[in-house]
This record gives sequence, C-alpha cells and structure tokens, in this order.
Amino acid sequence: MTAMNRRLFPVLAGLAAFFFVTAPIVIIRAPYESTMGLVQKIFYFHFPAWMAMFLAVFVLGIASVQYLFRGKPAADRLAVAAAELAVVFGLMGLITGPLWGIKAWGVWWQWDARLTMAVILELILVAYLLLRQYGGAGSERLAAGVGIFAMANVPFLYVSTEIWRTVHPRTSVVPTLPVDFGLPLWWSFAGFIVLCMALLAARARLEEQRAALDRLYLALEED
Amino acid sequence: MGILRLRGASRRAASRWGVPRVVALGLVVGVAAGVTVLEAAQPPTTAAQDGFVPMGDVPPEEQMPAAPLVAAAYAVVWAIAVGYLWTIWQRMGTVEADLADVTRRIEDRDEA
Repeated sequence: MTAMNRRLFPVLAGLAAFFFVTAPIVIIRAPYESTMGLVQKIFYFHFPAWMAMFLAVFVLGIASVQYLFRGKPAADRLAVAAAELAVVFGLMGLITGPLWGIKAWGVWWQWDARLTMAVILELILVAYLLLRQYGGAGSERLAAGVGIFAMANVPFLYVSTEIWRTVHPRTSVVPTLPVDFGLPLWWSFAGFIVLCMALLAARARLEEQRAALDRLYLALEED
Repeated sequence: MGILRLRGASRRAASRWGVPRVVALGLVVGVAAGVTVLEAAQPPTTAAQDGFVPMGDVPPEEQMPAAPLVAAAYAVVWAIAVGYLWTIWQRMGTVEADLADVTRRIEDRDEA
C-alpha cells in the first residue's frame, strides 16, 4: 500500500492541480443565477467540498467496519487518514456556507435541520480524532464504532432538505441543473474528488510510515 | 332649609378638596400641553422607528457586494487545502527523520 500511495500521490495531485487551476475559468464563464446572482458561484466550491467530505466519511466507515470485523490494521490506518480529511473538507463546507448565507439569506447561520446536522457530523468526526489522539490503548475499536456512526449520518444529512423544511436549497436542485450550471459544478466536483483521493493517499502514507516507525521502536526495545 | 343645608355641606367639601383638585387638573393640562408642544418640536419619526416595513427591491447602493464573499470562499478553500497538504508534508518529514534515526541506531547496535 505504501508503494502504491507513493506512485499514486503525484498523479492525483497533478490532476487535482489541473482541475483547481482551470475551475475558476469555467466558473467565471457560467451564467448568473436569477435570484442569488454572483454569490451563487460559491456553490461550485461549497457542494463539491461536502461531496468530498462524504466520500472521506464513507471511506472512514467502510475501513472502520473492516477493522472491527476483520481486525486489519491497514484498514484502521486508512480510517484515521479518512477521518482527518473529512474534518478538513467539512471545514471548507462550514466556512463557504455562511459566506453564501449572509448574502442569500441575510444571516451567517441558521439553526435549521440541514445546517445543524452538518455541524453535528463535523463534531462527530472531531470526536473521532480526539479519541484517536487521547483515547489511549484500545481506543481504536471504540473510534471505529464512532466512524461507523458518522457514516450512518451521511444519508440523513443528504436527504434532510427533502424531509424537513429548511432555508437551504434542496438536494434535488443538483440533478435538475441546466448544462450551463452543471458543467462548472461537475468540473469542480471532479477536482475536489481527485484532491480528496490525493490527500488520502498522502495521509495514508503518513500513517504507514508511523506504523513502520512504531515497529522499529519495538524492535529496538525488544533486543 | 334642607336644600340650604346640603349646599352648605357641598361648599365645605369643595373648599376642603377643591384646591388640590384644581392644582392636579392644572398639572395634567400643563403636562399634556407641554408634551404636545415638545412633540411638535421633535423631528418626524421614520418608518424604521414605528415599525418595520417590508420592501420588494433593495436599491443597488444598499446591497451587500457578493464579489468579496465569493473571493473569500475560494481563498478559504485554497488556503485550507494547501495548509493541510503542508501539515502532511511537515509530519512526513518528522516521521522520516525519526525512521532514519531509529534505523541507524538499530544498525549501530547490530554492528556492535
């Protein structure tokens, strides 16, 4: 896995850089939305950031299941890497959202179902990282449970705008986007997903190196 | 006689309570007149003080500019992505230095 990550990272990072450099050009050429105007263009970074977060949370959840039921240490290391990434992309979503909201809604924040659930998911992921950092020996299994719980939250968060009345645009907006709005969105989406995969490869490699270091320390102490 | 006695009683009562009533009445009238004069001297109140009135379209000069918000959103995303990549790089450097150090210590021990 380490060797694969080493080869994978430059390719993915280069691809992500290409998408991120070209995305503003594609976004500038997109038409203005009739009611929100220019501020709607935040959507082209806001939505993909959350999608990248969801991808990271799914990797976290699946890796946690693998660790809990099959006891694979590599899966646990991947879970840690994915959890950290999920927090990073969640932070992007939580910052870009209010920048849109202050213009579109007149307030930075609204405690409606979608926004509140997004904060709760971010806090669950922060709790996962705190547990891994300060939980001590054996906290991996408990953290894996938290990781699965975080993954279970994602579908509810995604459909929250369809179930409850919120100020947030509905999720059903995305599949019905005209081509002019869809092209910049899916361009950015590709950039964020590739960036997520590149960062995941780099962060997973860091965990691999840490595990190798732990093995070496044990070898040094045992003899 | 009876009527005269009643008038006398009412006059006594009027003399007992009449002055304070007149003074009170004068005060009320004076205050009311004063308030009216002061109100007349004040500038007229605006709609925002009496109550909020909804408006359909906000004039362009009153609207919050969107461009700084869009620029801030994009800058934040870039900053977080680059910053996070930098932290991974830093941590990787530390771990690889430790790896090299421990490997050297193991090799030194094996040689000894």
